[in-house]
Amino acid sequence: MTLFSRRHFLAVGTAAAALPALPAFALTSGQASSLISKMVDEINTVISSGKSESSMYREFERIFKKYGDTPLIAANALGVDGRRASGAQKKAFTEAFTGYISRKYGKRFREFIGGRLEVKSVGSIRRGYEVRCTAFLRGTDPFQISFHVSDANRFYNLFIEGVDMLLTERSEIGSMLDARRGDLDRLIADLRTAG
Amino acid sequence: MVDLRPVVLTAVALAVAGCSVPGPGGAPDGIHDPYEEKNRKVHDFNRNLDKKLFSGDGPGYAGTVPPFVQERVSSFADTVSLPQTVVNQLLQGRLVRATSSSLRFTLNATIGVGGMFDVAKEWGLDPDESDFGETLAVWGVPEGAYLEVPVLGPSTERDTAGDVVDLFTDPLKYVVPTPERYIGTVAKGLDTVGERSKFGGTVDSILHGSADSYLQFRLMYLQNRRYELGEDAPGADFDPLAVDTEGF
Repeated sequence: MTLFSRRHFLAVGTAAAALPALPAFALTSGQASSLISKMVDEINTVISSGKSESSMYREFERIFKKYGDTPLIAANALGVDGRRASGAQKKAFTEAFTGYISRKYGKRFREFIGGRLEVKSVGSIRRGYEVRCTAFLRGTDPFQISFHVSDANRFYNLFIEGVDMLLTERSEIGSMLDARRGDLDRLIADLRTAG
Repeated sequence: MVDLRPVVLTAVALAVAGCSVPGPGGAPDGIHDPYEEKNRKVHDFNRNLDKKLFSGDGPGYAGTVPPFVQERVSSFADTVSLPQTVVNQLLQGRLVRATSSSLRFTLNATIGVGGMFDVAKEWGLDPDESDFGETLAVWGVPEGAYLEVPVLGPSTERDTAGDVVDLFTDPLKYVVPTPERYIGTVAKGLDTVGERSKFGGTVDSILHGSADSYLQFRLMYLQNRRYELGEDAPGADFDPLAVDTEGF
């Protein structure tokens, strides 16, 4: 009997061929779901804290940076315009954009006062997982909010009743840039207060 | 029972013929909008109308009518729309949903005091609504071009055709006599106004706060409608690894 039987060699060969298709670090559905559960708990705490509007937005920004893949979301929103941006502009854009998103979506979350978010289920997507949540608000039928979590264990997209944040913000940032004749510095300056 | 078939069949024929299909490269990013110029004019009209109706200083419907009453109006509007939902769910061949909607109607119209209380919800029957636009989608009619309709707002050729048919497929219209029939219409109108006020912040931020509210409305409406109809798994094709995040 040889050390490597033909069958053994084939098995190893097949496994090796399959390996590059797997990510270096494979997230489990449990990890993705617990990430979103923790985030939802933090959001719920902020919503029910009764803090002032501006301190709530600061809290949302902190949560967004902690759980969200902010560089990816920012880079995607800027799209091809990002190619002509300098390193400093990219950094400044990510910072300003993160604040803008926190205020914009934070305003929506503030409408949840008296309501709550609940994690319902988790499923596989092309890269990572989709964590599906239900928002329960007073006086409205419950609605669905989903988070897409990448292997980096950060969420990179959210969907409110099917409306895709990445697509919507990419379109909006494109329109804002058009309105400023492509002036990236003006866009960054205005984003610091927008949302 | 009034025979609706000729009306429905004619409308379907018109709808199927009317829904344009994009040519090659005619729908970048899945958006087919050959009437953009016209649509933008209607959008400006709708935006101004919304501003006049909902941004006044005086208290509106949501501000003056107590929440309890608003909820009764909302439940009533939902109940009177259920027979139409049942008709459409039957046309779609969705018997389970049609049965559930019939049961909701029966429960809410009786125990729920003429539809003013959504008692079915307490029994685990979640609200569900359908329309002829959805029926056309189930039948395989293409979505058609994006349309912005005066007063009613964002739609598609298929949904607009569906709305027209729905004017004729409400069974209540054929059994409830004329003056009483309009109570339902008024309740639905008030409910729409209530919803607009409830989500005032959201609508305002998109309609009056975005850089190009036409593009935002178009994108959000199409995504939401496709999601409702189960035509689209949002973000399914997106690959986060393909985004160049270098330097961000």
